[in-house]
Amino acid sequence: MSDRTPHSFHAGRPPVSRFATAALMVATLMFMQSFASLAANAQSRVTEFKLANGMQVVDVPDNRAPVVTHMVWYRVGAADEPKGVSGIAHFLEHLMFKSTEKIAVGEFSKIVARLGGNDNAFTGHDATAYFQRVSKDRLRTVMEMEADRMVNLRLEEKEVLTERDVILEERRSRIENSPQAILDEQMSAALYQNHPYHIPVIGWMHEMAKLSRDDALEFYKFHYAPNNAILVIAGDVQAAEIKALAEDVYGKIKPNAAIKPRVRPSEPEHRAARRMELHDPRAGKQSVTRYYLAPSYTTAPAGDGEALDLLFKIVGQGSTSRLYQKLVATDQIASSAGGYYSGSGLDSGKIAVYAIAADGTGLDKVEAGIDAVLADIKANGVTLEELDRAKKTYIADFIYETDNQATLARRYGWGMITGRTIAEIDGWPKAIAAVTLDQVKAVAQKYIELRKSVTGTMIPVADPETTATAKPSKS
Amino acid sequence: MITIRFPILTSIIGRAIAAALITATIFITGPAAAMKIQDVTSKGGIKAWLVEEHAVPLLAMRFSFDGGNAQDPAGRDGLANFMTAMMDEGAGDLDSVKFQSRMEEIAMRMSFEDGRDQFYGSFETLSENRQAAIDLLRLVLNKPRFDKEAVDRVRVQLTAALSYAAKSPDKVVDKAWSAAAFPGHPYGRSAGGTVETLKAITGADLEAYRRRIFAKDTLKVVVVGDITAAQLGDMLDTLFGTLAAKAELTPVAKVVMKPAEKLQVIEMNVPQSVARFGSPGVGRKDKDFMAAFVLNHILGGGGFSSRLMEEVREKRGLAYSVYSYIQPMENASVFAGGVATKNEEIGVSLDVIKAELARLAKDGPTQTELDNAKSYLIGSFALRFDTNAKIANQLLYFLGEDLGLDYVDRRNAEVEAINLDQVKAVGKRLFKADDLFITIVGKPKTLPTKS
Repeated sequence: MSDRTPHSFHAGRPPVSRFATAALMVATLMFMQSFASLAANAQSRVTEFKLANGMQVVDVPDNRAPVVTHMVWYRVGAADEPKGVSGIAHFLEHLMFKSTEKIAVGEFSKIVARLGGNDNAFTGHDATAYFQRVSKDRLRTVMEMEADRMVNLRLEEKEVLTERDVILEERRSRIENSPQAILDEQMSAALYQNHPYHIPVIGWMHEMAKLSRDDALEFYKFHYAPNNAILVIAGDVQAAEIKALAEDVYGKIKPNAAIKPRVRPSEPEHRAARRMELHDPRAGKQSVTRYYLAPSYTTAPAGDGEALDLLFKIVGQGSTSRLYQKLVATDQIASSAGGYYSGSGLDSGKIAVYAIAADGTGLDKVEAGIDAVLADIKANGVTLEELDRAKKTYIADFIYETDNQATLARRYGWGMITGRTIAEIDGWPKAIAAVTLDQVKAVAQKYIELRKSVTGTMIPVADPETTATAKPSKS
Repeated sequence: MITIRFPILTSIIGRAIAAALITATIFITGPAAAMKIQDVTSKGGIKAWLVEEHAVPLLAMRFSFDGGNAQDPAGRDGLANFMTAMMDEGAGDLDSVKFQSRMEEIAMRMSFEDGRDQFYGSFETLSENRQAAIDLLRLVLNKPRFDKEAVDRVRVQLTAALSYAAKSPDKVVDKAWSAAAFPGHPYGRSAGGTVETLKAITGADLEAYRRRIFAKDTLKVVVVGDITAAQLGDMLDTLFGTLAAKAELTPVAKVVMKPAEKLQVIEMNVPQSVARFGSPGVGRKDKDFMAAFVLNHILGGGGFSSRLMEEVREKRGLAYSVYSYIQPMENASVFAGGVATKNEEIGVSLDVIKAELARLAKDGPTQTELDNAKSYLIGSFALRFDTNAKIANQLLYFLGEDLGLDYVDRRNAEVEAINLDQVKAVGKRLFKADDLFITIVGKPKTLPTKS
């Protein structure tokens, strides 16, 4: 995901972790004792309804402080871009802060600030979202501003060109200055052979440099409409008030009849494992990373997403994990090692494993160590103790999330944009608790397949500008 | 992929605290209408601020001891940071694996962070598991193990992290700027240490640091969540009651930043140059602090409302990120900021920044700019108090700065009272564009114009 400004609240793989930890407090067999009382006083009270123009509205109550988080999510992201204009979804997100007939150039965020609020926006492959956090008595004003720019955006040539320079600098900061980010971009491009997830959200440099006002406006007119949006309001506002405000402010906007459900090109069968090396003088240590194509929660058979989340919690999260214990603690061939499953995509998910080689250890040995851990899990599964601990961590993570209304707004927005219902999102801990040892072993055997993988190694080399011995970089 | 906007505290561990302090340093805001802060003293004499919130079955605790990485002994740079990475590596009868497994079983959250002057702890638990979590944290604070196997393993990790930091323009620029701004002073040392100092650190060094620093006389505690004052009293005595009565701190000298040169360029083969700039700031107890804080908000602390954002990004497209902040520390204060621009134009960005500093020093902001800044700072106060964790972070900052139990209620009036003459005066005092100390990391093709 890419943001308009660098101070947004998301971390490295935001939708992944947000969604993976999303859950509802329910009593489960295992936690009947400890979670029954929690369920009573922290049961989800999230509700939804639809406006006549097709806009979905989600109400996430949180009455602890007189504050509200207002988000509008569009069902459009970088994976919906026409060919040749990579980065246009994210570029448009930046340009949405320019002007309308009612809002002068550059004033949007300044008005929100004068109201004592914070605002920002972000773009992913599957979604683009805009949000403001304000005192609850300012809710109507920010709603009106958001509704206004849903259909009344104005763009002038000069400001478009200046903003294009900004996103080019953003790309330099996020990608060009970081060999890790470059390798990730190259690996993702190879992982998806046909699906547009192979294009980076921020866009390829050479195409970004040519993005135009017309490209932005065309994309805007095609995708920005109430029947392609989800409104999420989290905070201290009564349901009846939300309904009245939503109908009054957003209900007036005409739907766009041309908007259709999203159907993107899908992956062919993957037949050969892919490998790549990045030799970069800016790399810190030798490391190896592998991605496997995997389904997402939306595309997987029921239960597989949950089993994959638990499997890769056990395989790769934290220092009790299999990878850390084997490669770092026992064999001491790596200084760090881990892995994760990201299952929040609309069309696909991904498994990742990685390790940084210990000094004096070759990457082939480190990679063999990773393979041995994965092979063992495929053959023998995980232990009940590991599975129980992983379940406890995830269910607790969910409860911790209830402390933060902005996090909750994001949980429901992202879940619904990728086709999940509130009941499914809220039912997550129950589904997690129901996963069996056999299911975990089965998803390990089903999805850890080398032919569906891309392996990338990072090799630090001497700077070619300061020494003649450097190997040429290839990627 | 994330850009760290306010590079004040850096550590791998304890992001919650880092974020909180950054927030607190940048935006200090006032009261949440219904929030009641209780001043609790345990039977054993341990004090804490408490905000009861029973709506969600959680509690968040934040605490600090005086003496952060400025207390790293000579030749042991990086000791406090090492300590933060060792706190979940075993305590009492539990070795690393047993300890971490136990933490997961009871879903306890714990992290530590070394600031320049404080050592911070963060602890969260579900109400259901509260007693078990308290028992585990008590072990950590009182009987951490520092097994040789764990110390050696963490040393390898921290040393690898140094290799990455050495190639990261953002990390290099922070380190180089501080080192040159505070030569020979603990504030100029690298909080992460060096390969050599990490190599020298032993379990005995870690235990000695714990004994010196983890003491009741400098302890500050804030708890927010599902707990009563009586329950909190017992919790405080259990956790902290047996710690040393008095910390043994090495005195740290007051210092004013004094770099030898005004411009430092570190060559690195990257397409975008990363720059830090700064000059002496104002301390938290300085009478001009609030005016300086408001003025900095206008200059570069206020996101899209700030002048630097307007001039560098919005008008000229020179950068994605540009900002400034005031960082008051125990023994020094800095005004600083940063920008990242392609090598060809980094000098242009820095000239624009210097011009804005000069303009603010000469003319001050307009009345409208001041009104808008105050309107934001006052209006957004409640946004910083809408979760247990955020409330705890904010209050620990207020407690640490000795601002008083009523500060939350006074805060907005203090912002409101700032007038144009005050910010103009502090602008003249603070913003000396010609004396700015700048570090650039990259392959800059242009440099800021010499003054």
